[in-house]
Amino acid sequence: MAERYSDRQPPPITRSAVLRLLPPAARHVLRGAPSVLATAGDALGLSLSMPACRASVNATLAALWLAPDERLLLGEDASAADTSSRIAQALGDQAHSLVDVSHRQLGLAISGPHAVTVLASGCPLDLDRSAFPVGMCTRTVLAKAEIVLWRIADDDFHLEVWRSFAAYVSGLIAEAGRELALPDLAVASSDRAT
Amino acid sequence: MLLITCPYCGTRPELEFAYGGQAHVARPQDPAAVGAQDWADFLYMRDNTRGVHAERWRHTHGCGRFFNALRDTRSDQFLGIYRVGESAPALPPDAPKEVP
Ligand SMILES: [Zn+2]
Repeated sequence: MAERYSDRQPPPITRSAVLRLLPPAARHVLRGAPSVLATAGDALGLSLSMPACRASVNATLAALWLAPDERLLLGEDASAADTSSRIAQALGDQAHSLVDVSHRQLGLAISGPHAVTVLASGCPLDLDRSAFPVGMCTRTVLAKAEIVLWRIADDDFHLEVWRSFAAYVSGLIAEAGRELALPDLAVASSDRAT
Repeated sequence: MLLITCPYCGTRPELEFAYGGQAHVARPQDPAAVGAQDWADFLYMRDNTRGVHAERWRHTHGCGRFFNALRDTRSDQFLGIYRVGESAPALPPDAPKEVP
């Protein structure tokens, strides 16, 4: 029977989803009271007093709400020392915690019309636009791995994955593409993740 | 999937949470002054409620915060959510009645 189907070509469609590894970045986790976040936000030029589960961005930095007192700061790879010294200078001896986690995790991007479908195979959150709008970010799970998920656009998601889980996550995404019959799902090489 | 409402993040799937045991079990202020039996009670003895149970939950794979919940242990229904330090909210009028 297989031969009868072999001549059939799938209809031409655009790529359903693309998973790619993002370049190295500077990452900091800042924790502190609301006054600490306000002071640090002034020093960085972007608000860290956003509503729960929302990100704020400026030209060079993104700040992701992770908890009432916890923000993840993402920036250009080379800016790590600059970011931490600006925060440390602004905060002085105010009680806070600032940790450089640049190399703890990797950034992944999942984009394309089926990005939500692929993510939903492992993430239990409601990813409908009404429940998870553009600009929302949160820590959550993708199957057995903890991730930070941030919706940058309708069909474009940013994932932060602890690096030892990155091979697992990209393998899971590739498997979801097979299971959901998305043969054109592209998974970028995860050599760096292993 | 069971949905649990985190007081900080909103309604989320159960997979993101970890159970934290019975709520409002206060650690003695001066452990050295507590007798062995009372200390054992504090460590090990918990209610085994059939009905509305006040308990701690942690949004482990979310904001990481602990909070308290009222849950009916017979139906697994969450009847109220409140932050640490707050007192338990009144039960909703349509909450299941206690069984004698
Ligand atoms: Zn939460």
